[in-house]
Amino acid sequence: MNSDVLKGPWDIVVVGGGNAALCAAITSAEEGARVLILESAPKTYRGGNSRHTRNFRCMHEGPLSVLTDSYGEDEYFDDLMLVTKGKTDEPLARLAIRSSEECLPWMEAHGVRFQPSLSGTLSLSRTNAFFLGGGKALVNAYYNTAEDLGVTVVYDAEVTHVHIEGDRFTHLEAQVGGKSHRIEAKAVVLASGGFQSNLEWLTRAWGPAAANFLIRGTPYNKGAVLRDMLDQGCESVGDPTQCHAVAIDGRAPKFDGGIVTRLDCVPFSIVVNRDAERFYDEGEDVWPKRYAIWGRLVAAQPDQVGYAIIDSKSIDLFMPSVFPPNRADTIEELGAQMGLDGVKLAATVSEFNKACRTGRFHPTELDGLATEGLAQPKTNWARPIDTPPYYGYQLRPGVTFTYLGLKVSETAQVHTASGPLSNVWAAGEIMAGSILGQGYLAGFGMTIGTVFGRIAGREAAAYVN
Amino acid sequence: MSIDLINEARRQTEICNACRYCEGFCSVFPALTRNKMFTDGDITHLANLCHNCRGCYYSCQYTAPHEFDLNFPAALAEVRQDSWERHAWPQPLARRFHESGVAVAAVLIVGFVVLFGMLQTFRPASGEGFYAYLAHGAMVSLFLPAFLLPLLSVIIGLRSYWQEIGGTRIRWSHIKGAGLAAARLKNLDGGQGQGCNFEHEDRYSNTRRWLHQAVMYGFLLCFAATSAGTVMHYVFDMPAPYGLFSLPKLLGVPGGVLLTVGCVGLAWLKTKADPSLGAARVWGGEMAFIALLGGTGATGLALYAATGTALVPVLLAVHLGFVLVFFLLLPFTKMIHGFFRFVTLIVEEQKRGA
Ligand SMILES: Cc1cc2nc3c(=O)[nH]c(=O)nc-3n(C[C@H](O)[C@H](O)[C@H](O)COP(=O)(O)OP(=O)(O)OC[C@H]3O[C@@H](n4cnc5c(N)ncnc54)[C@H](O)[C@@H]3O)c2cc1C
Ligand code: SF4
Ligand code: SF4
Repeated sequence: MNSDVLKGPWDIVVVGGGNAALCAAITSAEEGARVLILESAPKTYRGGNSRHTRNFRCMHEGPLSVLTDSYGEDEYFDDLMLVTKGKTDEPLARLAIRSSEECLPWMEAHGVRFQPSLSGTLSLSRTNAFFLGGGKALVNAYYNTAEDLGVTVVYDAEVTHVHIEGDRFTHLEAQVGGKSHRIEAKAVVLASGGFQSNLEWLTRAWGPAAANFLIRGTPYNKGAVLRDMLDQGCESVGDPTQCHAVAIDGRAPKFDGGIVTRLDCVPFSIVVNRDAERFYDEGEDVWPKRYAIWGRLVAAQPDQVGYAIIDSKSIDLFMPSVFPPNRADTIEELGAQMGLDGVKLAATVSEFNKACRTGRFHPTELDGLATEGLAQPKTNWARPIDTPPYYGYQLRPGVTFTYLGLKVSETAQVHTASGPLSNVWAAGEIMAGSILGQGYLAGFGMTIGTVFGRIAGREAAAYVN
Repeated sequence: MSIDLINEARRQTEICNACRYCEGFCSVFPALTRNKMFTDGDITHLANLCHNCRGCYYSCQYTAPHEFDLNFPAALAEVRQDSWERHAWPQPLARRFHESGVAVAAVLIVGFVVLFGMLQTFRPASGEGFYAYLAHGAMVSLFLPAFLLPLLSVIIGLRSYWQEIGGTRIRWSHIKGAGLAAARLKNLDGGQGQGCNFEHEDRYSNTRRWLHQAVMYGFLLCFAATSAGTVMHYVFDMPAPYGLFSLPKLLGVPGGVLLTVGCVGLAWLKTKADPSLGAARVWGGEMAFIALLGGTGATGLALYAATGTALVPVLLAVHLGFVLVFFLLLPFTKMIHGFFRFVTLIVEEQKRGA
């Protein structure tokens, strides 16, 4: 890269290269602004966590593109309240929800293609619009659109400092090609995601257990800009000690394992810890409603590891896994294969089996087939594990994102204690904590990024024009 | 060798099956979600369903340098290529022409020599049109076996391929479904008409689909023209030469134009596309095959244009040389893909119904 391009002159510099950044850059460029995108990842890994996504959640009054039926504002908001247990900023949340409807045609007009709900995810066909080819295809489409609009993109460009004087951004500092550069612009949009791939920060928040966490998405979201802004007095939202974590295949790579490492077997298994003991009701609710708590459950176990044990009756009841499971003809052997005390595991299984009752088993609904007399019951889908071969999956916590973020206004402006910064906007994961204070609603991350990315782009362009 | 290719494709197939983000691109993904485990035959079947549109490469979050190292279009292309070679008969000819453009060119030269020789040797005392240069009997005794032997070879190959991928009893509905998909090159439309990711990396384009369509219909028209000529000769006793407003010419001229333009275009596209997303080892052989096919069309047109001039004998030898070599090499070049693809579409209809 020729470092002269960094000199500009630039109207707007966008920090980050994921969905929120691209929506902002495209919107401002369409308003005639000269826009520079600084993406810390190399080109092959551009697009942050957005490249791992599959859909976004979209309000709609009637059938819209691939979405069936209707999904109104109140139902959407109720769904959000349910998962966040009220930890949300209602005006911002409603703004995101209401704006999501016009996002879909906007996305299509800017190159995104949708496809019907993927096989195995029919339950989402009303609420979530799936991207053809997934998030990376979406990101590619946006990069092409941005390029056609004259936006300049610099890869391998990590922003280290965003300089604020008084209530104004003046310039920023970035490492580009191993050298530090000072880059000036009239306005800045911050869209650099959360800090979930900063293991040091996670360890500070979570303690040493965080060393055993796997990060489901990009290794480039280290929160450097978030940290820098907080240090300069910007207001924060969201719990600094929480992250969204799900239980994923323990053999997944440390970073970027993405969607394929998820495991949907828990409701049909028993899950034990390192000591071959069960620790939670595996059948509490249908999996889409429970999968998000299992990350934390496993994180709380010794060595942050769990083992799902299942028999051949149930092995075909869930989406295929990316790595083949361990497999053995006896429970003892399976335990030994997985590094557990096989005799103890067999005892746990047989105690569980004795507590199972006969009754109707129904894999896709709460069937009430519960154990009897166990201190730790399984309240649905409790069938004895008695049909070899037996299978086992190791589970580890996989971090999706962190909740701590920058506080923003309805115009996506970043705030300090003394009011909004005049030329700094934020969009996407870096400000999502306002709306998603806890829990997660599938597809809402991309909605927040698209809605606030477009708002930030529009506001920043209006400011510089 | 081939088991490594199949294992690699199986590894990637299993990752895709846990992901499914590419489901809407083509029929490969809906087909793979039918299974959790994949036999060798399943993998070969999937490979022959793939059109190498590359949509699933450019939108994959797991391509190198990611440790999952996905390159699904290439993995399937390798298995597919290998399946054509494994089922080819006779085996000693299986690989050479796929891999080596030079080998194709060498056979072509031999073809020219043979034709020039025949023109020298079998020049009749009288005759009209082309038969003034090469006696009808000589032409038939050369081209009849040159057409039937490759056909036999293709049938033998397809039979064994059919068994490998688990074909069952054919019903009319299977053929109809397969025929419709093939006629529209449905799978090259990218699932939504946006086309493939061939010559502009992650930007979609329909150029490849249109050019391939031109080649396919151009070839079929030329073939129909030849068949029409044959019928007119034997059934209606109307031997060549034919005027512009005769069936062979009305079919053959547009066919030749489509075939030539399509082949030039496809060759040019191929130079723009990333070879590492296909079966890289056969790049040269594929280029030679495109030249052979396009050359057949172009020399046919040239021959027609030269009617009545002194160039006719030379062009006749060159054109017939192209036609001869095209047919002889048919089971051992890229041309075979059309046959395998069609059979695969039939079996896919069967598996979907099952
Ligand atoms: C496996 C997985 C699947 C998911 N699936 C879905 C889904 O289906 N639907 C959904 O709505 N949400 C999903 N999410 C959540 C979703 O990914 C996020 O909510 C969304 O991508 C956030 O977009 P963003 O643009 O804010 O951040 P990102 O897309 O993460 O982009 C941040 C960008 O900033 C860059 N960056 C970071 N630091 C710097 C710096 N200092 N300087 C310059 N650049 C920097 C990064 O390289 C990256 O390009 C999923 C998350 C994961 C991990
Ligand atoms: S090619 Fe990649 S993105 Fe597409 S289905 Fe396979 S793993 Fe998923
Ligand atoms: S290359 Fe195209 S046709 Fe082949 S599997 Fe991928 S998306 Fe399907």
